[in-house]
Amino acid sequence: MANEVILLDFWPSMFGMRTRIALREKGVEFEYREEDLRNKSPLLLQMNPIHKKIPVLIHNGKPVNESIIQVQYIDEVWSHKNPILPSDPYLRAQARFWADFIDKKLYDAQRKVWATKGEEQEAGKKDFIEILKTLESELGDKPYFSGDDFGYVDIALIGFYTWFPAYEKFANFSIESEVPKLIAWVKKCLQRESVAKSLPDPEKVTEFVSELRKKFVPE
Amino acid sequence: MAERSNSEEVKLLGMWASPFSRRIEIALTLKGVSYEFLEQDITNKSSLLLQLNPVHKMIPVLVHNGKPISESLVILEYIDETWRDNPILPQDPYERTMARFWSKFVDEQIYVTAMKVVGKTGKERDAVVEATRDLLMFLEKELVGKDFLGGKSLGFVDIVATLVAFWLMRTEEIVGVKVVPVEKFPEIHRWVKNLLGNDVIKKCIPPEDEHLKYIRARMEKLNIKSA
Repeated sequence: MANEVILLDFWPSMFGMRTRIALREKGVEFEYREEDLRNKSPLLLQMNPIHKKIPVLIHNGKPVNESIIQVQYIDEVWSHKNPILPSDPYLRAQARFWADFIDKKLYDAQRKVWATKGEEQEAGKKDFIEILKTLESELGDKPYFSGDDFGYVDIALIGFYTWFPAYEKFANFSIESEVPKLIAWVKKCLQRESVAKSLPDPEKVTEFVSELRKKFVPE
Repeated sequence: MAERSNSEEVKLLGMWASPFSRRIEIALTLKGVSYEFLEQDITNKSSLLLQLNPVHKMIPVLVHNGKPISESLVILEYIDETWRDNPILPQDPYERTMARFWSKFVDEQIYVTAMKVVGKTGKERDAVVEATRDLLMFLEKELVGKDFLGGKSLGFVDIVATLVAFWLMRTEEIVGVKVVPVEKFPEIHRWVKNLLGNDVIKKCIPPEDEHLKYIRARMEKLNIKSA
């Protein structure tokens, strides 16, 4: 069977970054297709008719939607190398729990940090820091979230790092001073080839967010 | 169904009228796992619940041999991986992926959208009903040619989507707003009949009369006009 793998993505998306990393962890060759989200391709609309969102993983013509579901799919289909989820059911449950936490809590919180101003932004910043501290606490003294090996929760979270300078710029704070251990973890992850190749330059992300912010916070 | 070893301790902190709690009971019962149910008063959370789920402080929490697992979809996967009799997720990776997708869809799209009807009237309410119906139509199409979302037997998505069959549809009965009319959603109604024919579902969903009373009381508290 010819393994045809296409990833419909958008370069600054922290969700797309997950799928890029997972594919590279498994050594899977894939065709990256950049989507213009203001002018979505017919393929995107066909492959994700419900959400119409990226990333979409297309494996031998069949779509897999939702980044965190894509990561699990990649882990199961290409199971021979670099396992992403632990094998123990309890540890797997913990990994799924924290990835779910990131999706439900961190994403919404970060949006308030860069897309609002004034009191709303201050409240958003406070929430965001609290969530990062919860994650830092979960990481503890482990090198990675599941222990010794880079895995599911690391993949779920690391892409947000590329947006950190934008948060710091627009909300005027230092993330490293709030969660130093988490930043040390970031640096360790960045040494991984799969991560380094999959994450965009944070400066470019900041430029992107600057433009985006103008739509939400007219100056 | 054979009972598990006596050394195994399975506790479920839940709430009798919660769809997220009941789905865990369905999975455990389907697997023949004995468990102790600990009813929680969600207006006055026990110190045990706060200890076991310090992040979200929500039910359900499954405690298996002293270890807590939270978030109903996470718990369901844990149950399926731990007790392998009567698998509820498909074996094929792609089919399994689709089951995860539809389950997330039920909880994060259908449920979240339908809940917005609370406190709304007139055109605003109509808009929420329309949005909910649009989402339900995807489920309707997914059901064509199947007895259950899991195919020929009860599966993961059926268990998750009892939320639609017995919470959403019972709530519309109380509120008097037709969200799932049979003429628009014949497959969903057929599916609900099939669910009601399943012994585990019948045993595990809240008794209808009590549940309707509970929903009515809750809706009145939220100032929703009853039909």
